[in-house]
Order: sequence, then C-alpha cells, then structure tokens
Amino acid sequence: MNIDTIAAIATAQGQGGIGVIRVSGKDSIDIVDKIFKSVSGKKLKDTQGYNARFGKIYDEKNEEIDEVIVLLYRAPHSYTGENVVEISCHGGLYITKRILRLVFDMGARPAEPGEFTKRAFLNGKMDLIKAESVMKLIGATGKGAAKAALAVHEGAISKKITKVKDGLVNLAAHLSVWADYPEDDIPEVEFSSLKEKMLDAYKILNELAENYDAGKVITNGIDTAIIGAPNVGKSTLMNMLHGSDKSIVTDIPGTTRDIVEGTVVLGDISLHVSDTAGIHTTEDPVESIGVNKAKSKLSSSELVLLVFDGSKELTDNDKELINSVSGSNILAVINKSDLPKKIDLEYIKRFIKNIVEISAKNRTGLDVLENSILKIVGAGNINPSEGILATERQYKTVKSAIKCIKEAIDTLSSGLTLDAVTVSLEGAVDELLTLTGEKATTVVVDEIFSKFCVGK
Amino acid sequence: MKYYAGEYEVSVIGAGHAGIEAALAAARLGCKTAVFTINMDAVGNCPCNPSIGGTAKGHLVREIDALGGEMGKTADECFLQSRMLNKGKGPAVHSLRVQIDREKYKSTMKYKLEKQHNLDLRQAEIVAVSKTDDGIWELRSRMNAIYRTKTVIIATGTYLSSKIYVGEVSFESGPDGIFPASFLGESLKELGLRLRRFKTGTPARVLKSTIDFSQLEVQKGDDSIVPFSRMTKDIGKNQVVCHIGYTNEKTKEIIIKNIDRSPLYAGKIEGKGPRYCPSIEDKIVRFKDKERHQFFVEPCGLNTDEMYIQGLSSSLPEDVQIQFYHTLPGFGNALIMRPAYAIEYDCVDPLQMNSTLEFSEFPGLYGAGQFNGSSGYEEAAAQGLVAGINAALKVKGELPMKLDRSTSYIGTLIDDLVTKGVSDPYRMMTSRSEYRLVLRQDNADERLTPIGRRVGLISDDAWEKFKIRENAKKEELRRIRELVISPSAEVNDIIVSRETSPIVSGIRMIDLLKRPQITYECLAPIDKTRPDLDPTVFEQVEVELKYEGYIKKQLAQIEEMKRLEVKKLPVDVDYSQIIGLRLEAIEKLNLVKPENIGQASRISGVSPADISVLLIWLARQSRKEEVNG
Repeated sequence: MNIDTIAAIATAQGQGGIGVIRVSGKDSIDIVDKIFKSVSGKKLKDTQGYNARFGKIYDEKNEEIDEVIVLLYRAPHSYTGENVVEISCHGGLYITKRILRLVFDMGARPAEPGEFTKRAFLNGKMDLIKAESVMKLIGATGKGAAKAALAVHEGAISKKITKVKDGLVNLAAHLSVWADYPEDDIPEVEFSSLKEKMLDAYKILNELAENYDAGKVITNGIDTAIIGAPNVGKSTLMNMLHGSDKSIVTDIPGTTRDIVEGTVVLGDISLHVSDTAGIHTTEDPVESIGVNKAKSKLSSSELVLLVFDGSKELTDNDKELINSVSGSNILAVINKSDLPKKIDLEYIKRFIKNIVEISAKNRTGLDVLENSILKIVGAGNINPSEGILATERQYKTVKSAIKCIKEAIDTLSSGLTLDAVTVSLEGAVDELLTLTGEKATTVVVDEIFSKFCVGK
Repeated sequence: MKYYAGEYEVSVIGAGHAGIEAALAAARLGCKTAVFTINMDAVGNCPCNPSIGGTAKGHLVREIDALGGEMGKTADECFLQSRMLNKGKGPAVHSLRVQIDREKYKSTMKYKLEKQHNLDLRQAEIVAVSKTDDGIWELRSRMNAIYRTKTVIIATGTYLSSKIYVGEVSFESGPDGIFPASFLGESLKELGLRLRRFKTGTPARVLKSTIDFSQLEVQKGDDSIVPFSRMTKDIGKNQVVCHIGYTNEKTKEIIIKNIDRSPLYAGKIEGKGPRYCPSIEDKIVRFKDKERHQFFVEPCGLNTDEMYIQGLSSSLPEDVQIQFYHTLPGFGNALIMRPAYAIEYDCVDPLQMNSTLEFSEFPGLYGAGQFNGSSGYEEAAAQGLVAGINAALKVKGELPMKLDRSTSYIGTLIDDLVTKGVSDPYRMMTSRSEYRLVLRQDNADERLTPIGRRVGLISDDAWEKFKIRENAKKEELRRIRELVISPSAEVNDIIVSRETSPIVSGIRMIDLLKRPQITYECLAPIDKTRPDLDPTVFEQVEVELKYEGYIKKQLAQIEEMKRLEVKKLPVDVDYSQIIGLRLEAIEKLNLVKPENIGQASRISGVSPADISVLLIWLARQSRKEEVNG
C-alpha cells in the first residue's frame, strides 16, 4: 500500500560487532540487488523469502565496502508486511552509515520515526490493542522531530540552506510573477542570470553534500572536550555518557592528570569525548602538563562541555574560564543538582547560551544533556564558520534539491519554456522547505506580493 | 405581513457571476430553481474591469466551459478584443483574456436566465435564511415574502453590509450605486456562520472624448483569435484597441501629499484588501523607489464612451482623484464620469465549507463567489457552477461532484479556500497550482468534459463534438508515430535552420516533434499527409510531446496525492480525542474538518507525524468496525 521504500539502521548505533540495515517496501529487493553481489552470483530477486545470502556490498564506483549477510523476507511474511531486506554488516558506525547511504542513493528514503512499526500496523501485522501505543510513540517522536527541526532552524547549516532557499524562492517568484502578471511592469527574466543563479545554488548545495560525503561527523565523531575546574565531576560525566568507568572517579581533586578519550554515540551522531584534567593553577609539574593539554583542547574542540559544581559559588578560576570561551558550540553543564544550589547561574547565562543541570552521581538529567548536545550538533553549530550537514535526513534533503535544480538547469539549456523550469525550481524549494514544513506554492505567492508591485 | 411566495428545490441569493452559473446549472439539471437579485438591472454586472479571463482566470473560464457552464460562451458573444497572454512563456501559462462589452454581457446573461426552463429570476432582497423543523430552508424577502426551498446558495458578492469609501466620504452602498444587502448578514451570523470583513476597489471611469490618445501606446488584439468555448463557431474580429500609459513624478507627488486623506491610511477601513490588486496609493507607498506605474485604458463597450482605467483604483477623495488623473499623459482635460472607490463587505470564513461548497454543519446551505472570500468574476463563476451542480445533485439524491487539485484550477481554488482559508481576497494564479503542466487551458475539455457529461450538463451535441476532437487527436498521434521522415536536403535544411542537428537516417515524425526547436509549423512543407484539423489539435499534440517528461512526472505526483485523497476522514470526529496528535494539529483539524488524509496533509500546522497518527487511527477505526461487524 505504501509506494515508497524506507530504510534505517536497525541496531543500536556505534558499538557492537554487527550493524543491521533494514529496508522495507515494494522496491526493497531491487534496491539492494543494485549494491549487493552474492558469492553464489544469485540475485535477491531470484531468492525465496526467509533465505540468507552471503556476499559483498559495492559502492557506485564498484569499490568493495564490506562483506555482509543479507536476509530476505517476502511480503506479507515480514515485520512490516512488505518486502523486507536486512543487511548485516561488520558494525561500526562508518560502514553501517555508508551502506545505508548507498541504499538511499538507489531510491529508498529515510524512515520516519516509528515508520516500520506504523507500516506493520497498517498492513495488519499487529493487533488492535497495539494501535494506541504506536500512535503515542509516533506522536512523541514527532514532537521530538519538530523540536529538532526548530533547532536546525537556528543553526549555521540552516543559515546556509536558508540563503539558498531564499534565493530560489525569489527566482521562482520572479518567474511566476512574470507569467502571472504579463501586462505589469515587471523586470525581464534574463536567461543568463537565471542560469547563473541556479548554478550558484547548485554549487553551494553540492559543496554541502560533498562535505557530508567526506563523512567528517560520522567517521571521526565530533571532537568533544569535557572541561572544568578540578573535582566538579568531569570524569563522572564522561562515565555517565559512556556507560563505563574509563576515567578514574574519586573525591580527590586532580585525579585525571591526562586526557582520557572515548567515543559516545548519541542518536544519529558520535562524539569523540576527551575528559581533561581540571583547569587550575598548579605547582605540580605532572599536573600542569595535563592542565595545559586541557587548555589546548578547549580551543581545538568542536564541542565543549564546560562543567561546574552547582553546589559551590563560582570561583575566580571558573569566571576566568567562562570569560575565555565563546561561541555557540559551548554547553555549560551544571553538575551536582542533587545538592543545594549555590552557583550564580545568571552570571554563566550572560556568556553561555546553552545550559543544562544534571546530577552525574545520581545519573539524572542525562536525557536533557543528550538533547542539548543533539540540538547544538544538529543545528550544524559544531563548526559555526562552515556549517556541515549533521544528519542523514538533511543530506537526503539537500541531495533531492540538487537533483531538482539540475533538472531546471537542463530544461533551461534544452530550450524548453520557462514554465517547465519553474516547476523544477519549485520542486527544489519544496525539498528545502521540508525542514520547516511549508509549501512552495504558498511561499512563492507570498514572495510575489511582498517583492513585486503588481495588480490592477 | 408575511406571505407565502413559492417553493423551490434550489434557491440562489445573488445574480452575479457566481449566482448565474449556480442557477443555470441547477435549472439545467432539472431542479426547480429561483435566483434572487437585489436589483434586476444589476444581473451579471461587471462592476470592475470590462474583461474576462487573464492569467489563470482564462484557465478557469475554459474549465467552466468544459463542465457545461455559461461564462465562456457569453464572453465569446460579447468580446471586443481578444488576446492570448504569455505566448512564448510556455503552454502551462498561456491564458486567454478578452475585453467585453459590459452592457451587452449583462443583458445577454439576464436574457439567458429569463429563457432558462425551470428557472425563476426574481428581484427580491433576501433578509433572512433559516431552517425549519422539517429540514426545509426558508428565505424571507424584504417584502415579507416567504420562499421554501430544499437548498440555498449564498452568492452575495460585495453586497453584504457593504460600504463605499471615497476619501472622507463613506456611505452604505453596493457597487455602482446599487443598494446593499444590509439585513442578511445578521441572519447568517445568527445561524452560525463566521463572517469577516474584506475590501476591494475600482478605478475611475473617464470620458473617451476627453482623453488624448496620441500620448498613449496602443495595445492591439491578436490577429488570430481563439474562443473560450469549444462550442463557439464564428468568433468574429477585434473591434477596439486598448491603450497603455505610465504615471509620473507629479502623480506621485499629489498622492503622497494627500495620503492622510485616504480612508485606508486614516484607519477607517477595517476590511482586508487584496494583495494582488493594490490601489495606486498603496503601490506608491509600498514601492517608493518605483518611478512610474503602468495603467491601461480599456473601453467599457461599443455603445458607451466610458473608459475603464486599469491600474489606478483608489479610495482618495474625489478632488484628489481629479488632480492626479489630470497628471496622466493624455489626461490633462479628462472628465471623470465615475470616481474610483473602495468597497468594504462581509464574507464568510470558507473553512466552514467542504469541497462541494456546502457548509459542513448546515446541510443544504452552500456558498459561492466573493462571499467565500475569493475575488474576480471568473473565480466567482467557477464556484457558482460547482455549488449549483452540487445543490442539484443533492436534491436529486445523487453523489456530489468533487474536483480535486489534480483535475483543475477550479479544484485547486476550492481546495485552497476550504483547506487553507483566506486572509485577503483570493485570486487565482498559475503559481497556485503544483500541477500546472497538466492543468493547461488547452486540455480543459479533456480533463472536465467527461465529468460534465456524467453530471448532465453536456448536451449530446457538445459531447459528440468533444469525442470527434478526441478521436482526431488520437488519429493524429498514430499518424506521426507511424510516419518516418527520411533524410533529404529539404528536410535537413529545415531542421538545421532551427538550430538542431540534421538527421542521418529515417526518423519518426513524433521523435522530431519532441525536439524543443521543431514545430508543426516548420515541418509543414515536408509533411504531405497532414490532415485538415483544427489548429489547436496540432498545438495540443505538440505540447504533450515536448513536455512529455514533465507531464509524466506530474501525473506520478498526482497518483501519489490520490492515494491519500481516497483515505476518507469522518466529518464528525473530535480530533482532541485522538492520542498522539500535537495540540496545533488538533486545533487546525477541528477547524478545517478535512474530508480525507490528503486534505489534512495540506493544512499548515499538521506535520507528517500527525498524518501517521491519523492513518493508524483510521486503520484502527475500520478494523474495529470489522470486528464489531
């Protein structure tokens, strides 16, 4: 009943030996057949349901990505009731993501939150009683997604995309007003400048997509530093994020003398976290090496978690630290919320926009912390000067927009009339608007009336 | 004293462009119909520009004609000058626009109403609409006549509690000095309709003999004229020209000096004006840097010297109007016969209606035209036709006619009104349709005539004509698919002269025509077997070949949309009871009461996650029903 095919990573991301990519929908078998070669040479389309095939995944340049096992479920005998293919690869976020990307490139789209379950229900694979819990789940994730979309709205990446979008909306409006008000005194649409502007948009979006292809965020994770005065709970926070006792956690200030590193996966992204020695003035030569390292981490990291002890007043050291940081990539983490609050939050707020309160010891506030981190990263703020696509969904959106713009440029070059060009252009705008949920036709009409003097 | 004055199946309040189509459609579908006008001399009036059609509006007229409406035919009968706009800008935006003889248009339409079987045209101001306990609607006239009717269509245009503004002067009046409908609004509010205030305006009419046309640019009609209606045989010739001029510094100066005397800027008008049809003072204030603004001089008819000055609508005081009109080139001694004015009127929130234009909470009550928050004769006529057809179908106990966005501009117009609502008077534009390469004016008949035939508004004669044309098109497609053109000097001369590569082996004519540069016209010398067909058939074939890729893509999008349109939502659902919907979505859904998932997805504020929740809820409902048998 659904005509499109969806895909997502089905296993917990980041750790573990095996990653599973689940593809569901009418075309799932065809899609995977395009990137998978089984050892036996047999195609999936010639394979029966409930069968597994061993083979390799190749990218579009025919380069080998990974050895995998592919499991086939034929409709209606699958979780969703549709044709489902599950690709088990060798874990690791990078490989799993690359395969997922290939699946998207072959025609699948990212699954919405709860969409596999939704399809399962709609295809009658689940009983009536479960319906409400599915609705609740989708409702909740929908709210989360809406919040995330708002965050995206404020970030560097959004500024870049918004600029392109605004340019395209303006072009589309000009073309539309030129068609809808043929008798009004409208500036002519110049073919050469039209093409130039479309090429510009094409270039910017392509750059964004290519940077994402470089996979910085995914392969390396985001360089994250945990920084703060001694014994405010940096290591406990590290452990809390990581779920293991990698740093030595004691009550003696200065326990972490060097930098402890680890990778933490939050949702769609991975953080490369460094737990640093507390920044303070020290005579101890060994300790001071750690402090210096911490200071250099502070300036080189893409994301900084600045940790404070909420049960103590701000020290001069703290204030110096607060004064020395700037940028939207800083998150102030007020620890020890289990103890009476003494810290001057207002002071911190003057310098740092993002603040969360947690108790690392009691493990409370973890979800707020995670959300705040995702918000900063999802907004593309990790590298504010550049803006890098942060999620698979953003990437897919940009890719679709690029396709539409290319189509518009081709149409223009082929000598077809501008009405056809406009339709493709609006397609691109529609794609970029998915981030905010508006519709191109409405946005273009509004633009016409605000920018052009038309009418009888 | 009240008296009983008659019984009808369909009653139409208002005999403007919406009312006329509604009344004619209902009567032609066999319903006993009444159409009430506040003044017999205002039937079919064009109180603004003396023209029909234009961008997207021309599409609407073609669609009205394809469904069996009257506007296109009457425009053809009364046209003075005809132009196909946007030639060269692409088939999606070609739009026909004609200047008409305003008086002739009025009398022609009135006569058509008079002659129509099943239809009573009556002068009566309806002051109250109510529903009796037995489910029949009752209309009361100002003369205390009571009409009982099964269905009612409200098409009050700009007459509902209307007020005219000219500078500091304002008074209650309908357009052109006709008295307003001052009582009906209260009755509609009592009934439960949400009324709001909109405004619009019109420019001055100037005496032709006082204009020096030598200072203006001439605008001629097309050499070859195509009619709106497929049924029109001899369209005739252009009989008038229009003129173009520009305002100047002096015009701007006078307007800016007197801007505080405009009722709009003085804050007297509360009604929301149309964004697309600003007054000249609006244009000058909002676009300060623009040195000049264009205006057009259009004749109002053959038996009058009144000239309509398009582009210069205004609500400035009369003395200011005289001053600034006199600054226009050729207008130094111009006599203003009627001053420009702004008019404020009541209309309804169209979110209260569904896609048949029936009020969801009031079965049998319909709205059409400017009353629904639209603007323009063509938009009004389109809605009138849909409301008239649906009222008649309801009387006859048949399924309603619903036109979705993919069928037509009419469907797009109605969907926009009832789904998105309006914040200012709604004008149709090609940019409003996402399917505009499919919804062309050249194929309106293919899209809608079969629907019109099913409904019962297409005569045997017209149906026969339609089928002949369709067959001719099919035949022609077959011919060019089979016809192979061999390379020869003559052929390649033509092809190369159009800056496209020569052929080296035989090529099918259909493939040659797919090249953007190659036209039927240029192939004429080598196309020996070409049949003698209506040139518009060739035109259509060519468009469909050249834009094939785009058309296919849009058809696929339409298919996708239709999947959601078939998932019906019950009208009586309280969305706050559905778990998982966001608050904003609940509010909007309760307001719009969408008919299906597709419509719900177009409501701003309803997210994809909300749609998922609705889909699951729907599936759960239907399975519950299955279980309960």
